[in-house]
Amino acid sequence: MNSLVKNIIRFSLFILVQIFILDKIHLHQMITPYIYFLFIIWLPFRLGHTQQLLIAFALGFTIDSFRHHPGFHTAACLLIAYIRPLLINLFNPQEFADSNYEEPSIKSMGGILPYIIFIGVLTFIHHGWLFLLEAWQFGDIWYFLVKTLLSTVLSLLLILITELLFTRQQKFRTNTV
Amino acid sequence: MRNIFLFIRRYFNLILFLLLQGFSIYLIIHYSNYHKAIFSETANQLTGKVNDKYSQVEYYFQLKKTNDFLLKANTQLYNKLKANFQFPDTTSNFLIDSIKVDSMERFRKYRYYAAKVVYNSVAAQNNFIVLSRGSANNIKEGMGIIDINSGVVGIVTEANAEFAVVMSLLHKDSHLSGKLLKGGETGTLNWDGKTPNIISLNGIAKNAKVAIGDTVISSGYSTSIPKGMMMGIVQEVKSDKSTNNFLIKFKSSANFYNLEYVYAIDNSQTESIKIILEKVKQKTQ
Repeated sequence: MNSLVKNIIRFSLFILVQIFILDKIHLHQMITPYIYFLFIIWLPFRLGHTQQLLIAFALGFTIDSFRHHPGFHTAACLLIAYIRPLLINLFNPQEFADSNYEEPSIKSMGGILPYIIFIGVLTFIHHGWLFLLEAWQFGDIWYFLVKTLLSTVLSLLLILITELLFTRQQKFRTNTV
Repeated sequence: MRNIFLFIRRYFNLILFLLLQGFSIYLIIHYSNYHKAIFSETANQLTGKVNDKYSQVEYYFQLKKTNDFLLKANTQLYNKLKANFQFPDTTSNFLIDSIKVDSMERFRKYRYYAAKVVYNSVAAQNNFIVLSRGSANNIKEGMGIIDINSGVVGIVTEANAEFAVVMSLLHKDSHLSGKLLKGGETGTLNWDGKTPNIISLNGIAKNAKVAIGDTVISSGYSTSIPKGMMMGIVQEVKSDKSTNNFLIKFKSSANFYNLEYVYAIDNSQTESIKIILEKVKQKTQ
């Protein structure tokens, strides 16, 4: 399937799942699972930095318009979209210059551990920034820290389950390896 | 000049990121102004339709619960019927009402409109509820919203033709006034953003007698919500050492987790009260 079509379907699916399934689960006030930002993590490697920022802005803004208070998710999405390319370079500076794979996955990141760290860092930053912006108005640091940590753990678990359930076909970009 | 262009080209992504980030933080802070201008018109049209479709599906799963609630509300209404009360037989002189016009209609102050909830959130720090009816069905900005057991839910902040957005009690800017049923002391409602359904009542002085299990009702000091609507039951009373007030937390009688149908309250005196207030404001300026 065309990468663009695939990503458009993915975009709408992630938003629908987030708004109509995960937002309806009221597990505990400390734990709010988020998964929609996995869309940003799964964006193709070869996408430019600027495009990533604009896509993240669109994603965050769509989620925000469903939640009727604009800004929070937009800000968090932008932050991880800005950090993502830097993290990818940090994890695999040599191989990714001429990568064989399209998107970040367990295979393309070279093992499950680097992939989990990669996702974990982005999830933590996303949740941290999101809850910080929210907690700013209430101003309770311990509440913020515990909420961020617990939510990060749950979101990571959800992401790993998603990763196991929906195995993505990883195409080679070139045959010359 | 050339250096400036080089600088912009080099750090284009950082600048773009900072600009967009700044824009979103601007949205968070100046939320209400922006919301009024664009959000209600465009975003509501789109997301409202999606929410509407979803709620149609969800509605079938909650039919049983809705039925139970309606039955309960109906029982309450039946119990309020005049026919249920017998007047003591002391009316020795019998008067005939000579006015043929139905004079009651003029004195109707509140009118209730039913609406269905299509979107509801409790997990965020600022929660909103979207109703499936808007200004085309008489729902206006500033109307109070109660659930079917007459527990206060919130106030309409925005209404277009098809949908209305309600700022629920679980919102940091929601400051309705509440009253203790027993003593009559009035305070301001406030939500700490943590536990849904638990709201704090501020501004009750320490000389008031408050106990766990006391009822909090609406004070009727605003035009949106009539006096005596159930707000909740006191769950925790602490005395604040720094001020002369109690720290009271109460459990809201409206259950924000499963709102299905609500009533919007239209106060026919809102306009005239507004006009008087405007006049006073002009005089004092």
